[in-house]
Amino acid sequence: MAKKISILVVDDEESVRDSLYSWFIEDGYRVECAENAKKALTILESDQFDIVLADIKMPGMDGLEMLRRIKAHKHDSIVIVMTAFATVDTAVKALKDGAFDYVTKPFDPDDLTHLIRNATKQISLAEENETLKQKVVTLENVEDLIGNSDAMKNVLREVESVAQTNSSVIITGESGTGKELVARAIHANSPRKFFPFVSVHCGALTESLLESELFGHEKGAFTGAMYNRKGRFEMADSGSIFLDEIATISTKMQVELLRVLESKTFIRVGGNKEISSDFRVICATNKDLKNMVEKGLFREDLFYRLNVVNIHIPPLRNRIEDIPLLVDYFIRKYCTSMNKPPIPIDQAAMNRLQEFNFPGNIRELENMIERAIVVGDGKKIRLKDLPLEKTILTTSAESLDDFEKTFILQILTKYNWNISRTAKALKVDRVTLYHKIKKYDLKPADQQ
Amino acid sequence: MNLQNITLVSFGYFEKDLLEKTAEAVRQEFHGIVNVREGHIDLSEFYDPARRQYNGNGLLKQVDALSFPDTIKTLGLFNVDLFIPILTFIFGQAFLGGRTGIASLYRFSNERYGMTGNELLMLDRFKKEVIHELGHTFGLIHCHNPTCVMRSSTYVEDIDQKEQQFCLHCRGNLETLTGGFLAE
Repeated sequence: MAKKISILVVDDEESVRDSLYSWFIEDGYRVECAENAKKALTILESDQFDIVLADIKMPGMDGLEMLRRIKAHKHDSIVIVMTAFATVDTAVKALKDGAFDYVTKPFDPDDLTHLIRNATKQISLAEENETLKQKVVTLENVEDLIGNSDAMKNVLREVESVAQTNSSVIITGESGTGKELVARAIHANSPRKFFPFVSVHCGALTESLLESELFGHEKGAFTGAMYNRKGRFEMADSGSIFLDEIATISTKMQVELLRVLESKTFIRVGGNKEISSDFRVICATNKDLKNMVEKGLFREDLFYRLNVVNIHIPPLRNRIEDIPLLVDYFIRKYCTSMNKPPIPIDQAAMNRLQEFNFPGNIRELENMIERAIVVGDGKKIRLKDLPLEKTILTTSAESLDDFEKTFILQILTKYNWNISRTAKALKVDRVTLYHKIKKYDLKPADQQ
Repeated sequence: MNLQNITLVSFGYFEKDLLEKTAEAVRQEFHGIVNVREGHIDLSEFYDPARRQYNGNGLLKQVDALSFPDTIKTLGLFNVDLFIPILTFIFGQAFLGGRTGIASLYRFSNERYGMTGNELLMLDRFKKEVIHELGHTFGLIHCHNPTCVMRSSTYVEDIDQKEQQFCLHCRGNLETLTGGFLAE
């Protein structure tokens, strides 16, 4: 059965209240009346109404002020304002402040019917929208967060549980581990997902630029500020703001940020009007913030304000079992974007990738795969397509022999097992090279 | 005492035939005894010179203050243009679940809309409006069925679209609300 629509009539004239009450009751609505704005707001504190029909001119608090307060309390409330003296100014003001409609008293019965019918339609659309949103929640996935390792499964579990809350989150992890992806996954699975995800790279901006970037600025706030500009906090209203490299912000900005996080209000640079925004903050850093707090480099109060939930992403070298999955994902990603069919990867190349310690983490792996697809023969990714030789020192070789074996194999692969060219590159003679190949039992990748 | 009586009270001049036919329609729809009486109210008290209309709220209260023996519902019949403060006009109104309603013939004649007069159509509209307002006094609210007499009508053309009978749903509600005394 359809929900009974409820209407709150607010008018200081008793005859108007009574007339509207009778009219709406006969239409089957639930109706209550209030003779002034103060009483209406008291009623609204304890009861919910789908539609508020309010007179603009009332003694004490007027209808427009009441409209603003209702909207601040519940932004999706449907408020229709009525007036006996219509002026364009008041109409525009009311609509700007979020009124659903604006009518002049007295109105035709048909207008009243249409007004309420439109509002009712809006309510059912909003409810339908909400229902659909809840239905698609289960469809939302985190397909960019690849990994089957226990460490990654743990991260995914944490993302899932924290997404439904409004708590601040700090994502920690080495550079290139996918902190922004985790932040996006939190946002995409949160009730805020239909609102903006605003990303700010704090480390890339100077203090003054960051201030303007976060809070916005008014025209003339500084040289070159020719127009008003919305800040990132304002843009993130109802959504999430992602502050990357949070450890790099100055002490002054830390104070500002703490204030904004606590009040959810701010003033644009060069402005004087307080702006409020409902955002969720997600931060990321590759630094040890706790350590920075101990050294006095990061404010303790801000740290605790941000660090409600901490998600740590392990470095790629600690979850090498995820490398094949990631490689497969990046091959599909880049082959698709380059309009090529997905190509396989040579086992030797995969083995080598799993031996590598990836100081640049997933970002480095991604770049390697992209490069290999570009420079390779388009049929298979081979060891020679991977730019690993310059970082050979970072392999897991534990002895000089291991290192020599790996290095010789790499150069052989580079020169397609051409013994003369490899020997020349290694500055040894061919006999020595043969001797080493035999000693380390080296074979081309396709013969392994 | 017979509490099933419905009293139609005419204020101002009405054709006798129109009143009788209206009463007959009410009788058929409510299956009760319907009396027709003449009433007297000083209408000038309810006249609003700025709007050149009569205050429906005031008239409804005035009719409600009248008492008729053996009557469960009273409907005041007028031939003046009615308004309530918030609306530019009304055809009639009633106390929902109360004992009184009012209806006006004024806006039902075709001539008011620049069209050729049609007495039958005017009578039909009036009968529907009277039954509609009486339905409210019995506690019925507006119905979404396009042919039900309890359908809300804001134009005379809307009234022409509906029948002068209750739909099955509203009739069922009416019988529940009246404890079944309307059921034949």
